[in-house]
Amino acid sequence: MTAWYEKTAHEIRDALRQGETTAVEITQNFLDRIDAVDKQVGAYLQIWNESALEQAVQIDARLANGEDVGPLAGVPMSLKDLFCTLRGNTTCASRMLANFESPYNATAVQRLEDAGAIFLGKVNLDEFAMGSSTENSAFQKTRNPWNLNCVPGGSSGGSAASVAADCCTFSLSSDTGGSIRQPASLCGCVGLKPTYGRVSRKGQVAFASSLDQIGPMCKDVEDAALVLNVICGKDPLDATTADLPVPNFSKALTGDVKGLRIGLPKEYFTESLNPEMRALIEQAIDVLKGQGAEFMEVSLPHTDYAVAVYYIICTAEASANLARFDGVRYGFRHPDAKNIQELYVKSKSEGFGPEVQRRIMLGTYVLSSGYYDAYYLKAQKVRSLIKQDFDRAFEQCDVILTPTSPTQAFQFGAKTDPLEMYLSDIYTISTNLAALPGISLPCGLTKDKLPAGLQLIGKPFDEAAILRTAHCYEQNRGFDMGKAPIA
Amino acid sequence: MSKITKEDVIYVASLAQLELDEAAQERLVHEMGDVINYMDKLNALDTDQVEPMMHALRMTNVLREDVVGESLSREAALKNAPKHDDEYFIVPKILENDNA
Amino acid sequence: MEFEAVIGMEVHVELNSKSKVFCPCSTNFHAPANTNVCPVCLGMPGSLPVMNKDMVDKSVAVGLALNCTISRWSKMDRKNYFYPDLAKNYQISQYDLPLCYSGYMDVESDGHVRRVGITRAHMEEDTARNTHTIGNGESGVDFNRSGVPLLEIVTEPDIRSAQEAFDYLTQLKQILQYLNVSDCNMEEGSLRAEANISVRPKGSTPFGTKTEVKNVASFSGTMKAIDFEIKRQIQVIRDGGTIVQETRGWDADRGITFSQRMKESAHDYRYFPEPDLVPIVVDEAWELRIHEQQPELPNPRKHRFEADYGIPAYDAMVLTLTKSMADFFEATVAAGADAKKAANWIMGDLQALCSEAKRELGEEVLSPAHLAEMIRMIDAGEISGKIAKEVLAEMFASGKAPKTIVEEKGLVQISDSDALRESICQVLADNTPQVEQYKAGKERVIGFLVGQVMKATQGKANPQMVNELLKEELSKLS
Ligand SMILES: [Mg+2]
Ligand SMILES: [Zn+2]
Repeated sequence: MTAWYEKTAHEIRDALRQGETTAVEITQNFLDRIDAVDKQVGAYLQIWNESALEQAVQIDARLANGEDVGPLAGVPMSLKDLFCTLRGNTTCASRMLANFESPYNATAVQRLEDAGAIFLGKVNLDEFAMGSSTENSAFQKTRNPWNLNCVPGGSSGGSAASVAADCCTFSLSSDTGGSIRQPASLCGCVGLKPTYGRVSRKGQVAFASSLDQIGPMCKDVEDAALVLNVICGKDPLDATTADLPVPNFSKALTGDVKGLRIGLPKEYFTESLNPEMRALIEQAIDVLKGQGAEFMEVSLPHTDYAVAVYYIICTAEASANLARFDGVRYGFRHPDAKNIQELYVKSKSEGFGPEVQRRIMLGTYVLSSGYYDAYYLKAQKVRSLIKQDFDRAFEQCDVILTPTSPTQAFQFGAKTDPLEMYLSDIYTISTNLAALPGISLPCGLTKDKLPAGLQLIGKPFDEAAILRTAHCYEQNRGFDMGKAPIA
Repeated sequence: MSKITKEDVIYVASLAQLELDEAAQERLVHEMGDVINYMDKLNALDTDQVEPMMHALRMTNVLREDVVGESLSREAALKNAPKHDDEYFIVPKILENDNA
Repeated sequence: MEFEAVIGMEVHVELNSKSKVFCPCSTNFHAPANTNVCPVCLGMPGSLPVMNKDMVDKSVAVGLALNCTISRWSKMDRKNYFYPDLAKNYQISQYDLPLCYSGYMDVESDGHVRRVGITRAHMEEDTARNTHTIGNGESGVDFNRSGVPLLEIVTEPDIRSAQEAFDYLTQLKQILQYLNVSDCNMEEGSLRAEANISVRPKGSTPFGTKTEVKNVASFSGTMKAIDFEIKRQIQVIRDGGTIVQETRGWDADRGITFSQRMKESAHDYRYFPEPDLVPIVVDEAWELRIHEQQPELPNPRKHRFEADYGIPAYDAMVLTLTKSMADFFEATVAAGADAKKAANWIMGDLQALCSEAKRELGEEVLSPAHLAEMIRMIDAGEISGKIAKEVLAEMFASGKAPKTIVEEKGLVQISDSDALRESICQVLADNTPQVEQYKAGKERVIGFLVGQVMKATQGKANPQMVNELLKEELSKLS
């Protein structure tokens, strides 16, 4: 029997259309795989066996009827448990929302369902997407399928692990400061963060509203384009989605990068970049050079300030976004609250984990009376400078290439100091601050047999360019990443 | 030297409606202090002439027409409430001067 | 030492848009509790606001009416505080870039005009309502009102007395009603006023410490609360005390204000720009469009009524109190009625009918053309003034034309001298004692006799003709 779980979305789509198999068989194949390996990986918080098979039955019936079933028909996938779904619970990996049932589907979730995607269930994350290792989940540990002693990255660790362990074809994730790209890098997946405004955030439980963006975590670049086609575009229910024409991103994968100008920001290739990572990135540069891309050095002079800017803005926005979890309309309510004050204080203090509380505290501080100008306003101004850096760099080049993460996957408990953890986002957060598209894709294994990732950053709304570049590299890199050693 | 005092932590916690025990307060004095000290590196930049980037995109006037659409059923609205009756979300008694 | 009060007002106005400001739920918050709610106005996870254009239109209209500058570029902000009626525990409001700013309103008060500066008018969302009737030491929360569009209008501290504050509120309400942007119902909370009050020695310029008086349910209550607070502050100072900056509530039963102590952190609102909404740009064309749709406002209209229709200032003032009445008056005159007569009918009988029926004067109640026709019928002697009252009441009740009513009820005035003479002869025959008295020189008796004729004709006789004919017949007898 074919191991459908090893296949990509486009392979499954083609097999179904050619009548080689059925959606039910494929879905059952994935459910069996999850059953076999997810105990070790711990990616899934909820597995929707029944409804997944029901969806598959319907797809098969529609296929048999000759109906147009949509571009992702019969493709089993997972959802980061940060997206509101009518099915199951929407927990954000928080005690606060352990029993929360959303009365609506996120726009991206609905678009996937309408495109025929089959929801296998919801996967783990750092509580409310706050973290870089998925160690902040209130519910369970998710392990890196390449090495079960290592973290899968975060916050979309469950998404990355579920893709890397072949427990889904792709996963719907979100990225606020690297939460798609960093775990993709650590787990050897392709992770795409579209331009802010490309995909509706409606139904994504907000962490930092001006930075959050939904994107896919996939097995190859072609799938990333395929999923983006489905989820992107104007949503009247999200005032921050761009009303721009949407290209067919699959058509952007021409394999041609001749004359494409790729910038290498000198601030990203410093002494602090681990030499092994640097070597793998340089090999990737050579592959693209061989395909006719032109490389040049560019400068993003305010890079060193990005982490500070990012943690001011994201914590400030988070402090307001998370204020609604007060135990009144939904979520955890402390049983001992005697008055309204106690209801808030006890519910929040017990419902939120330590990292979430820390970020609420930081965000509240930087907005509080007397500190707003020094921190929040200052950060917004430096955000402008960071954006201008990119605008200038993109006058010289079409795409920027950087490492995704300064390190390979690290061991559980390796980073206990919050600031140290925050600094590990250094290569990904500028993309969010400047509202640009970014993609991470695997560029080899380290000597520890852990994946390394490279990042491509594009001009606003030019996902096509980074997808094309990524695809060209993927097709020509000359080696197979192989599979995570898990069975 | 931390920029954050215990008083700061207590005040911020009261703004954020969080309850912190002694140990958590002490821990946050240091953790927040480290991060805030790190953030102070922004002071090295002269930003007097820089416009703040208040929104991620340069869009304006995304507005909807004044048309009444569908609401939730009351059942769906109250479904997730930790405490409710047939009509209302229930909370401990609110005193008028709790109002801000 | 003599003191003067320094007062600034903050008024929250619920705009009468059909749907809420950030979601498509109905703004009818009298619907059964928690039925006009959705993920957005319940502040549910993942929900996002999308702004109602009507709120901007109406806010610009108010701003223009209050002589404000309209921001070319403004934005929404988050105001952070915790309260169970606040769905997200932040209110989407406007902080440093309000839509309207730097305006003024000329308030007529006790024969003088006070120019009250309008600092700003900004857009925000209303909160839910807490009911305190659940019992068990518990409160219920109804989110139907959560997200109803709210405009907050803030004045400069230019008001100097409780009466001026009252007049400001009354005239502001009048303008809002003219603009048809709010139903301005105070009892239902669609208009809520707060006052910032301080006192200072007359002639000095620095402000004293202010207190804020909140939660007053009516304009007259606001006036009483301000009055009390001014006197209280003066007394505190005279007694050598100092005023504490604080919020004070109004106890209507006891007629006093009382301190509502608040935590220090209660006012640290941590405003920051709302990232879920994009900025609002009201360009010249948009502003002009609203300007062109703007109705004539009460003050200019009042002066025009005096000038154009030659009616007394008092009449012009009363007629322009509501737009509907002023429109009705003008339509009646346009239909051919004499202005002063139209004014009298509208201000008198028609107003009484309206207030008795608790209805607003308007075309759906009564056709101005019918009123004009009725006035013409009086002038032509077809009906008497007395019958006209009856006709008007019927017009008001049924909407029928005055002619139809007169015909149906047989109310046509008897101006036929033969018919009248017949009645008169009968009256004279029936009332010989009075006729004798008249002959004896008691001319006042004629009034009695006219009355008898009117009675005999069920009021339909033309009174002037009755008078003349009666004198004629009496002279025949003498
Ligand atoms: Mg307000
Ligand atoms: Zn709503």
